[in-house]
Amino acid sequence: MIPEQVIHDIEPAALRERTAAYRRDGWRLVQICSTTLDVFELSYSFTRDDRFEHLRLRLPLEGAQVDSITEEYFGAFAYENEIHDLFGIRFDGLKLDYLGNFFKTSVSKPFATSMCVVTGGKNNG
Amino acid sequence: MSFLKRSPWIVHYDGASCNGCDIEVLACLTPRYDVERFGVVNTGNPKHADILLITGYINEQSQPVVKAIYEQMPEPRVVVAVGICATSGGIFRECYNTKGGVDSTIPVDVYVPGCAARPESIIDGVVKAIAVLEEKHLAMKKARAAS
Amino acid sequence: MGERTVIPFGPQHPVLPEPIHIDLVVEDEHVVEAIPSFGFIHRGLEKLVEKKDFHEFTYVAERVCGICSYIHGMGYCQAVETVMNIQIPPRAKWLRTFWCELSRAHSHLLWAGLLADAFGFENLFMQCWRIRETVLDVIEETTGGRVIFGSAKIGGVRRDVDNDTLKRCAVKIASAAAEFEELKKVFRDDYSVKQRLCGIGMLSRDDAWTLGAVGPTLRGSGVRTDTRLEGYAAYNELKIEPIVETACDSYARCMVRMHEVTQSFDLIQEIAARTPEGPVFEKPSGYPNGEYFARLEQPRGEVIYYVKGNGTKNLSRFRVRTPTFANIPPLLHMLQGCELADVGLIVLTIDPCISCAER
Repeated sequence: MIPEQVIHDIEPAALRERTAAYRRDGWRLVQICSTTLDVFELSYSFTRDDRFEHLRLRLPLEGAQVDSITEEYFGAFAYENEIHDLFGIRFDGLKLDYLGNFFKTSVSKPFATSMCVVTGGKNNG
Repeated sequence: MSFLKRSPWIVHYDGASCNGCDIEVLACLTPRYDVERFGVVNTGNPKHADILLITGYINEQSQPVVKAIYEQMPEPRVVVAVGICATSGGIFRECYNTKGGVDSTIPVDVYVPGCAARPESIIDGVVKAIAVLEEKHLAMKKARAAS
Repeated sequence: MGERTVIPFGPQHPVLPEPIHIDLVVEDEHVVEAIPSFGFIHRGLEKLVEKKDFHEFTYVAERVCGICSYIHGMGYCQAVETVMNIQIPPRAKWLRTFWCELSRAHSHLLWAGLLADAFGFENLFMQCWRIRETVLDVIEETTGGRVIFGSAKIGGVRRDVDNDTLKRCAVKIASAAAEFEELKKVFRDDYSVKQRLCGIGMLSRDDAWTLGAVGPTLRGSGVRTDTRLEGYAAYNELKIEPIVETACDSYARCMVRMHEVTQSFDLIQEIAARTPEGPVFEKPSGYPNGEYFARLEQPRGEVIYYVKGNGTKNLSRFRVRTPTFANIPPLLHMLQGCELADVGLIVLTIDPCISCAER
């Protein structure tokens, strides 16, 4: 049975508390995904047994920041550093912070704007 | 008399590829294709190598690494670009992180097409590279004799 | 208490076919801390959805990684099909499952070879790859490609395989399976293999779970999980029993993969015999509008494809969370306190696919 996807919309301030609850109940952090729309949409996915749930929060494009969940799930550092480098979202309290050196890209924060077409100089030939 | 005709040693580096060409390069070493029958040995050390096989395109971070490997190789040396990404950027050409094919960073002598390049074509590329190696070796010898 | 030294590992290293760089902080011969750095093969292909339409993007998705290429393409298709509410024909589902299992078998054999090479068992490396070539022959016969299949397509599969070919392939796979059983005995019983793998790179069940390990890394630590149980493609009609080992070390992870190859070979036989007749492609109409997280089981573990469509031919977001990316935090945990000489080996036991992880 492919489980139904449950997406809970939450406020950014409630993230740590909700994550801690998942951790207490023995859920596994599956992934963190960011999407650039007119806001940044962050989805935190968790799984346990045959259930699959997501926490969804929205952040403004300018000066986006959110609490890190590395206290609850240390493994989240990889996702959070990646999102920091590609989207420019700041994570407060990151336990293993690469300070923007996780992915070195030739364009800074390439995913921070949507539908942007990188032209000139980047592709040779 | 050509001393380079036999046993060229190769070093392989993955510029930024999808892995497909890399596993095909490795497949060349294994029983079905077995390039070792031509004396080709895969070495991990660029200082021992005559031929550099590069798969994948070049991005900002891999550029200095590719340059460093190339510079560590003794003359004469030959570069083989394996796969379409190494040739031109291929399907990833439009990605923001792409600098272009291998020739955007170091001179390339042989291009091997394909996505992923088949072991047969990789072996063909290496055989062509041996000819180039031979040429370069002769040119070096001539230059030495002239000076 | 020795002095601390930092040893750089990679990006160009004989044990690694792919570039990854790890700074190893060592005290005498013990690793105290391992700090990886990434980005050598970061392509940013997720951004390409804005330039390629959603049909074309199948082929980009397939090139996330050349080893599990087919499953990437198929996972992307599956996510888009769910968003667009397309039911693909049953024969297409079975063929997809057929290729999935072939991918798994060839990937695990490839990995077993690399592992053998990493602990200096050259002969075993060659044997693994020799058997793998038979699997690749079957792949080539049914799709035309060796590592990039190019046969997934939104709405089904790109080409049909007739039943005679399927039967012929099953025979080939059966011979490969018989040879593989011999090979498995070496991995299972050989003294030098055991010496090199047992008790190395411990990852306890709790750590594996909370650090987010997936696939054989998680199953090798005693967690019964396999995304195939969800029953995507034709898996709902096949009986899958997750392979679990409880020793939590490198040997356990190795044995999980070994048994999975046998399981895949068996599944391939079953699929070749049971694939129903019918069309293999349903032409999709319209554009995707909506979002979906598709979850599949790759050779390396659970993989997530997130697709968000906006009703145009370009998607607004495609994201793939690959199993290697999820296995990096557990890997760092395993490396702490290990011997320097075991680093290459432990890195290999998560079956790292760096081009997957960096996309």
